[in-house]
Amino acid sequence: MTENVVILGGGTGGTLTANRLRKQFSRGELAITVVDQDRAHVYQPGLLFLPFGLAHGEDLIRPRHRQLKKGIDFVESDIDRVDVDGHRVLLAGGQELPYDVLVIATGARLVPDETDGLTGPGWMEKVFTFYDLPGATGLEQALRDFEGGRLVVNVVDMPIKCPVAPLEFCFLADWYFHERGIRDRVQLTLVTPLDAAFTKPRAASMLGGMLEDKGVELVTEFNTGEVDGAAGKLVGFDEREVPFDLAVVIPVHSGAAYVGRSPGLGDALDFVETDPHTLQSKVAPEIFAIGDAANLPASKAGSVSHFEGEVLVENITRFLRGEPLDASFDGHANCFIETGFDKALLIDFNYEQEPVEGHYPGPVGLPLLKESRLNHLGKLMFQWFYWHSLLPGRDIPGVGADMPRAGKHIDRAPRSAPK
Amino acid sequence: MTTATIAGSQVELNDEGFFEDPEQWTEDMVPELAANEDIHELDDKHWQVIRFMRQEYFAHGTGPTVRALGKTSGVSVKELYQLFPKGPAKIAARIAGIPKPKGCI
Repeated sequence: MTENVVILGGGTGGTLTANRLRKQFSRGELAITVVDQDRAHVYQPGLLFLPFGLAHGEDLIRPRHRQLKKGIDFVESDIDRVDVDGHRVLLAGGQELPYDVLVIATGARLVPDETDGLTGPGWMEKVFTFYDLPGATGLEQALRDFEGGRLVVNVVDMPIKCPVAPLEFCFLADWYFHERGIRDRVQLTLVTPLDAAFTKPRAASMLGGMLEDKGVELVTEFNTGEVDGAAGKLVGFDEREVPFDLAVVIPVHSGAAYVGRSPGLGDALDFVETDPHTLQSKVAPEIFAIGDAANLPASKAGSVSHFEGEVLVENITRFLRGEPLDASFDGHANCFIETGFDKALLIDFNYEQEPVEGHYPGPVGLPLLKESRLNHLGKLMFQWFYWHSLLPGRDIPGVGADMPRAGKHIDRAPRSAPK
Repeated sequence: MTTATIAGSQVELNDEGFFEDPEQWTEDMVPELAANEDIHELDDKHWQVIRFMRQEYFAHGTGPTVRALGKTSGVSVKELYQLFPKGPAKIAARIAGIPKPKGCI
């Protein structure tokens, strides 16, 4: 009998899950359907480079269905809701998709409207985000026109996708204005709700030092209550104010809107409550979640989806066979952090182990938590791996799903305490 | 970890002042815990938030973030900051005797 797997979302997690499943099961065994609201698969790590003229929008987009192997159905439609008890997905047009296994892979969405004033006067004129294509494109022009003044980068609230990206933006802005010869006329400030530059203590202290070296002011524990574009200021809930001439704001994130419309599926922010080790949802045994859509205590990053793929497909297989699930996902994340002037850092960590120094993936490899040109080249090369290795569901040689401990200077750093 | 005496009972607090064991908390400790956070008058809304924090903690294993509180507690984010000016999620968690909410990754 053919069983139905429906995958909601044709981004990183959905695509690699569909492709891995297609390799594992014949068409007679398993019908695989991927649903997405549009056809454009955006290489999201590239959005960081766009405002600085280092990438072009059209080069970051490929058709979603072309990333899916033969024998996978692609449906372009908005999703109305999931009928959890009825084991079916209701599409906006009225079509119903019954499922034996459902994979939620619809990621996180930006919700700028949730912050007072953010999309009001000045939005897309002096207030931008680089977290989507229109914002990053608009910001490119705004940066080109910027002749000096206060540039403020503001994270409104966590969780956000790629928590290092706001730092990378600051580092690249420092480089960009140097190149233009006007760095001394630009005041750069990073305004964050965190109590440091980053969430993990050791990387936070290293990255905080780099901000200081590059002359980027850091404002911490700032909870943005209002973005006043007309007056050019951020206003905190504690009434602190940060003035700006140009603001780059990372809006709050939620899960997909249909999650909120599906009774019992999501948490208060429309993310799906998910077991951190098996990736099975806590909603129903036949519902799994991958990537940003899940509420896991892991970074919302493509590398996490990639590392989750192996465990997820194993567990869908086990679930269909009625076997106990494999609880082996360790929260592995791996991020290049672009630091400007053709250099980058690399961090590699999981649920328990915070980023430390050393090398990745073993004692010989890319340097960890240390700036190098090699890491910058790694970051640039990654785009090729993304389309040709990660999305097709291939393993990258030497890069396993579990976080490697060899090569890391773990003894020098305490294990990060659970927060 | 330190041991503190709150409302006549001994409780264990971590380095950031959060309860190690939420079961050691009782409602009669609230005025003293609040006073330690410079909150000297507690109204119904404070209590609503404190009780909600504990309920969420026991249901989900972590206290909610400010944003989640604003969406689910019946008290808006703006009001939450008026009630707990130094950071609603953190301060309310300390007063409610639960660990620091796992807000940020």
